[in-house]
Amino acid sequence: MYFFNLLNTPLFISSGVEVGVHYYWNIAGINVHGQVFIVMWFVIMFLIVASLLGTSKLERIPKGWQNFMEFFLEFSQEIAKNQIGESFYRPWVPFISTLFLFILGCNWAGAIIPWKLLELPEGELAAPTNDINTTIALSLLVSLCYFFGGLRKKGLGYFKRYVQPTPILLPINILEDFTKPLSLSFRLFGNVLADELTVTVLTILVPLIIPLPIMILGLFAGSVQALIFSTLAAAYIAEALE
Amino acid sequence: MGNFIMDSLVSAASVIAAGLSIGLAAIGPGIGQGQAAGAAVEGIARQPEAENQIRGTLLLSLAFMEALTIYGLVVALSLLFANPFTS
Repeated sequence: MYFFNLLNTPLFISSGVEVGVHYYWNIAGINVHGQVFIVMWFVIMFLIVASLLGTSKLERIPKGWQNFMEFFLEFSQEIAKNQIGESFYRPWVPFISTLFLFILGCNWAGAIIPWKLLELPEGELAAPTNDINTTIALSLLVSLCYFFGGLRKKGLGYFKRYVQPTPILLPINILEDFTKPLSLSFRLFGNVLADELTVTVLTILVPLIIPLPIMILGLFAGSVQALIFSTLAAAYIAEALE
Repeated sequence: MGNFIMDSLVSAASVIAAGLSIGLAAIGPGIGQGQAAGAAVEGIARQPEAENQIRGTLLLSLAFMEALTIYGLVVALSLLFANPFTS
């Protein structure tokens, strides 16, 4: 009933999970993964509409949707403030809160919305963060930002931190510049993809009830990973600014 | 025929490697996370009003340790689904 072919072809379990199959779009000669774009645009639209609704009729004492959005704002401000410190955190709040809300939106959109109802010609719709390209793009953004922050604050004196506290640590500090985005991207990618694969395999085996605890775990893990990503981004920025 | 044997050998080795990868990768972080959780519980027992801060720090540390297992899982997944050695 379930078909496994190990010999000459990539591993496909024919009743449902397709890893590595993407819906390719050819834009200006570059092949991009269309299914990632579709869900990402949905998340972006949702975030824009939510923010517009939350700020349309601002009141001094917030209630309703404005109150809800202010909760998220305070949460992200806390993240930035705790990591970067009272005096420098304010310019970084938009970036940190965008990271947090976008990653949270992507992970939860992948876990909650029944994308299976829409059928694509190839591949399937799922969380955009289950694609390594998305998470690498986000971590390279973080890398760019902490470089930019450090260079803007200290100019070329920023490169002194590579030889502090001793010049012997120079190779390790340089290596750190590569491992930081690597670990950020792999952590997010691995968590999201692992949860999706687990849910998929469990659904193939026992479609009713049993996958539910894993799906709830996936919601929790998705939100924790969004928090971790933004906290680490703020911590790297703080490290570059000190 | 030689090609067939080579392909099945590579596939068999990849499967064993994938299993070892995720299995071994779960040991260290498992021990570490257990110790971190134990220390956190002890901290909360000693000072209940610091619970929120302890819980926040605990979750952050757990995610760091989890990442190490995830690296092993990524290797296992890429060996099974995106194997560069099979044709």
